[in-house]
Amino acid sequence: MQKQKELLKVTDLKQYFPIKGGILGRTVNHVKAVDGVSFTIYEGETLSIVGESGCGKSTTGRAILRLDEPTSGEVEFDGNNLLDYSKKEMNKVRKDMQIIFQDPYASINPRHTVRQILTEAMEIQNSVPKQERNDRVLELMQTVGLGPHQADRLPHEFSGGQRQRIGIARALSVDPQLIIADEAVSALDVSIQAQVINLLKKLQRDFKLTYLFISHDLGVVRHISDRIIVMYLGKIVEIADKKSLFNNQMHPYTKALLSAIPSTNTEVKRERIILKGDVPSPIDPPAGCRFHTRCPFATDLCRTEVPELRNGDGMTDGHMAACHYMEEIKNGEHQPTVV
Amino acid sequence: MSHSTEHIDNPRTAVKPPNPRFRNWNIVLRKLKKNKSAMIGGFLILFFILVALIGPYITPYAPQTQIMVNKLQPPSFEHWFGTDNFGRDIFSRIIHGTGLTLLVGFFSVLLGATVGVLFGIIAGYYGGRIDSIIMRLMDILLAFPGILLALAIVTVLGGSLVNVIIAVAISSIPVFARIVRGSTLSVKKLEYIDAMKALGASDARIIFKHIFPNITSPIIVQATLNIATAILSASGLSFLGLGAQPPTPEWGAMLSDGRNFLYNAPHVALFPGLAIVAVVLAFNMLGDGLRDAFDPKTKE
Repeated sequence: MQKQKELLKVTDLKQYFPIKGGILGRTVNHVKAVDGVSFTIYEGETLSIVGESGCGKSTTGRAILRLDEPTSGEVEFDGNNLLDYSKKEMNKVRKDMQIIFQDPYASINPRHTVRQILTEAMEIQNSVPKQERNDRVLELMQTVGLGPHQADRLPHEFSGGQRQRIGIARALSVDPQLIIADEAVSALDVSIQAQVINLLKKLQRDFKLTYLFISHDLGVVRHISDRIIVMYLGKIVEIADKKSLFNNQMHPYTKALLSAIPSTNTEVKRERIILKGDVPSPIDPPAGCRFHTRCPFATDLCRTEVPELRNGDGMTDGHMAACHYMEEIKNGEHQPTVV
Repeated sequence: MSHSTEHIDNPRTAVKPPNPRFRNWNIVLRKLKKNKSAMIGGFLILFFILVALIGPYITPYAPQTQIMVNKLQPPSFEHWFGTDNFGRDIFSRIIHGTGLTLLVGFFSVLLGATVGVLFGIIAGYYGGRIDSIIMRLMDILLAFPGILLALAIVTVLGGSLVNVIIAVAISSIPVFARIVRGSTLSVKKLEYIDAMKALGASDARIIFKHIFPNITSPIIVQATLNIATAILSASGLSFLGLGAQPPTPEWGAMLSDGRNFLYNAPHVALFPGLAIVAVVLAFNMLGDGLRDAFDPKTKE
């Protein structure tokens, strides 16, 4: 990969949600939804975050946009820390980063027509001069594959896939650089998913967009991503370009996750790794490596010391994983401790 | 809306059937039409409004003319509802009082709903400490029975019809605040609100353009039902002599006058009482019907 411009740099992002309890409503504990996450998104790429539900992937996306105010950390966009911005300054920058949501039925106001939805977005950011807004609405609709005759229809007259296209058009209406797609195709039928993904890819080419693609669907992620982040319980366990991650995954959790993709290749028998137990509570995450409670390779070291995200031997540039034993597991020196 | 949504220059939109924005309303109307009691309530209200508007011009007697020789006459052809202890025609007085009753009901609810909705939306939208303070305040108001609270307020402000409106309005604030807060909470967590935040929309825009229009139906239902309560409270206060002062033909005050002659001339109290019952019942029936009609779970 050639050196690209850093568009968004997240450093040690933490998002703790307080749990209120008692009669006085005091904070009794925190849900550590995202606990020290750092990564960089380069201009023009698609970076995906995958993980189970509750691992903090959506929270990361929302924290970047400050839809929920992050607890600590830095989010640098074009060299400026967004978390230092006042609400007013932040609202100005919002033009450059947009979000597409999961539920196409909840993500657009049921009482506004497509025209109103798109016009309002332009009105808020003043991204298009008033007299040109109408033309721009029709142009945007065409871009996402809707007809101009549908401009004055209400959301309930559209299908889920079409609604998602409206959501995409709304995000595009302010000419953003970065789009966070939060499970953007998860709620759609498989055939519609493919259409929307192809639309997203086309838009990326046409408008030089950068995507942060949040999904639990590895098939979709494999199709769209340049690089992939694997999250587990609020932390990044592995980050790599797509090829390295699918062919040379280092972290035991990534291995287990990828072994869950159904294969159409009948000749290669893959080993299916089935993890035992549930994801521990993010209120009181396990000490040391967060995965040790379910990891077949866990030792005492894993139970006490937090593994750093590092680039080990035999890994491509930019490929990092957070496991004490990843090399040893790879060359077979370290065998599963529990059977 | 500042920007025009109709585009006559675009032939494709010009041939479209009626604005789809009203489709939801059409469904509500259709459901309402099938509900007999709601329709009776609605027509009764229309009837009362008509009476209030044109009635005063066609009544046979002026409401305040006292003809002492005619006092306490039972209903007859000349005096349909009889006369009261001052010889005033009760029928004319009831008709003249209709507008008054409706206005008191309407304005006290309008005032109470406006303040209540504002409190409720702010509490629901901002949450946290603001929410706690507003809602505890509402709890305090709610702890008093409505009529008692109104009574206390009128006693402090002094007895007059305007003060009755204010008092009844204040006592209806918490009901609206609660309903609106709840609805706001459920709308607030929808993704399109987040989408507006991500676009950089101001709180005022989100509240007034995206939350309020989506919580109107519970407000309409509550307002309709509350008009009935407000009329009842206002009549109650006038009955106690704290509202409309004589010789205003207010129904509650008329009822109060009639109570001294209940034994000899029951019609003096009966007809104002029946009028109050009819109006309150009409608003309740329409309100219940509206609630069912707005409920997406009830079938057409």
